[in-house]
Amino acid sequence: MSTRRIAAFLIAAALIGMGGIAPAEAQKGPIKIGFLAPMTGGAAQIGKDMVNGLQMWLDENGNQIAGRKVEVIVEDTQGQPNIALTKLRKLVESDKVHVLAGGLFAHVGYALAPKVDEYKIPMLYPVMAADDLTQRKPAKWVVRNGWTSSQPSHPFGEYVVKTLGYKRVVTIGIDYAFGWEVVGGFQKTFEEAGGQVIQKLWAPLGTTDFAPYLSQIRKDADAVFALMVAASSLRFPKQYQDAGLKAKLPLIGGGTTFDEFVLPSLGDEAIGGITPLIYSAAIDTPANKRFVKEYRAKFGKVPSYYSEVCYTTGRWINEAAKAIGGDVEDRERFLAALGKVEIPDAPRGPVKLDAHGNPIQNIYIRKVEKKDGELWNTVIHTYPAVSQFWKYKPDEFLKQPVYDRNYPPCKYC
Amino acid sequence: MTPGAESMIGAVPLPTGTMAFALLLPGLALAALLVAPPFLSGFLLTLLTQALIYAILAMSLDIVLGYTGLASLGHAAYLGLGAYAVAILTTRHGAGFWVTLVAGILLAAAVAAVFGLVALRASGVYFLMITLALGMVAWGLAHRWVTLTQGDNGISSVPRPTGLPVSLAAAVPYYYFALIAFALAFWFLRTVVRSPFGRTLVGIRESESRMRTLGYNVWLHKYVGFVIAGGVGGFAGVFWGYYNGFVSPADLELATSVEILLMVALGGRGTLVGPAIGAGIIVLLKNLVSVYTQRWLLILGAVYIGTIVYAPEGIVGAVRQWHASTRRKRT
Repeated sequence: MSTRRIAAFLIAAALIGMGGIAPAEAQKGPIKIGFLAPMTGGAAQIGKDMVNGLQMWLDENGNQIAGRKVEVIVEDTQGQPNIALTKLRKLVESDKVHVLAGGLFAHVGYALAPKVDEYKIPMLYPVMAADDLTQRKPAKWVVRNGWTSSQPSHPFGEYVVKTLGYKRVVTIGIDYAFGWEVVGGFQKTFEEAGGQVIQKLWAPLGTTDFAPYLSQIRKDADAVFALMVAASSLRFPKQYQDAGLKAKLPLIGGGTTFDEFVLPSLGDEAIGGITPLIYSAAIDTPANKRFVKEYRAKFGKVPSYYSEVCYTTGRWINEAAKAIGGDVEDRERFLAALGKVEIPDAPRGPVKLDAHGNPIQNIYIRKVEKKDGELWNTVIHTYPAVSQFWKYKPDEFLKQPVYDRNYPPCKYC
Repeated sequence: MTPGAESMIGAVPLPTGTMAFALLLPGLALAALLVAPPFLSGFLLTLLTQALIYAILAMSLDIVLGYTGLASLGHAAYLGLGAYAVAILTTRHGAGFWVTLVAGILLAAAVAAVFGLVALRASGVYFLMITLALGMVAWGLAHRWVTLTQGDNGISSVPRPTGLPVSLAAAVPYYYFALIAFALAFWFLRTVVRSPFGRTLVGIRESESRMRTLGYNVWLHKYVGFVIAGGVGGFAGVFWGYYNGFVSPADLELATSVEILLMVALGGRGTLVGPAIGAGIIVLLKNLVSVYTQRWLLILGAVYIGTIVYAPEGIVGAVRQWHASTRRKRT
């Protein structure tokens, strides 16, 4: 019966341990920021860029927000919705944070939003770009200071037809909300401008071997639109070249395919890739040049879009907290203040929220080029002040369903 | 393999002092779990809830792995089926708790009945491979059947159980709810393993050919055990769906199946209480150690390797061996 003895012992030990960990209540201590990011697993490099971005802003500002000390508690989501939910509970219930931020992957964003609304703690989404969170299923307590997945795709669809002159495109995307929305947004404006998507391929999240997909790509296309994320971004360009496709079909795609988090790990196979995004490390403004220089000095690499949005998140929280005199305990007021923040000179350019709570910001069309032995996303065109609804009327846009694997339907497949 | 540690202990009459102690301890453990909530922070309470649900799941796998001796790598499928039953029925049809409970268990048991027909044609490593493949089929369905499951986005906003006399929206009531579920599952599974049917499973584990010679229908016993394990897995899944308020293909992933297997191995297969302890340790370790270090995977890995090297029969198995050896010395 020693089985039971040990069981009881372990339970008792666990309970004693827990008592010790339960935190003491603090009234007006530091401002606590709970930060969710993947620190292990396939997206760990992105998580690091995110944490570095926020840390850099805090270091530059004496680790203070609105005159109060700041405590950042980073929790590892492993890029998994379930684990992100558990960590969210921990940050709110155990650490009693005042504001939440971070997160990666659109489906994690959809999973967290109802819980955030339940807790009534403001959460900033600098990265998770799930369209519907500022469109058809808004979450009151989520402040999106990042972007919607389809936001850069809308202008890009037109650009590909009118400037690049590609009329027939094959898309290959990662098979989850972000992938569907990036590809869907592109397909909508691309086809409205006269282009034709002739084939759509989907690979599961985390795919690293693309051979079965590359062999299916139709050779009668003008270009291939690829939407890769995390570990897939690392592998895809090389495999695309090895399959002999790079010479025949130019590679264009979603912004994360050639983001700066992955560029240092890529070789010449990436050169020539054209993608749109809300940021490029090569943006030629004083604010961005300073940001890139300081970031490199501190972390030894070029900042990615993930670094920039999280850096700006630090400033965002500060602006809002300042506006209410640092009283972040008044959550309703804090939330309202977070929604009113305008940043005219972020490294990525001017940012302010639209009526639906998504930033209006510049979209940069970027081309991968080699300069001084390094790969950069040279900005070849800028669309200023783009809204998530592009040129459409919000009401009409919202009548169409959210982009998914089968919407818009593939008329020319 | 230690031949039926359970039966061995049952056969040897214990000194009266030990007996009283042995009766007292589970009572104390239950009492500790009952009075715990006020002393715990909200987060630890939710972790404990999570541990209880995973304990049900690990105990159900123990029927297959520990008592029948078949290592299954597809057990997460039943967790997922139960959870998806809850998510789909509540968000689309506004179903109450009892409907989802019955649906979750029946769905998981029905799928186990189909999977069992395929998997039980093999044994050993081939059984492992087939269950792995079947688990992946279930994952693939959750991933690709977007109209039903919403694919990788998962189904969120699953409400807490309705149609019950008490509200389970808050953490503490739900904890007790899970505790009742755990106690029920433990009682049910213990009844199963102590029944003649459970004894026959142990016999099959030890020697299939001998049981067959004795006239037992070996296949049918294994099959029924497999279906029971699936049904109880679905039962755990129902509580998981309500607990998380969110279901996605990640619940059915191979990694989840492996984790359940490790819970059983860590606690001690074939002991029922062992897998429950293993589930508690892994859930708490995973979530508490990661608070302090990003290298928590290393620590978890070290625990697994340590268990396999130093306590291949798991924690409970190791303690029993130690207990048996000290008793031998005394006599």
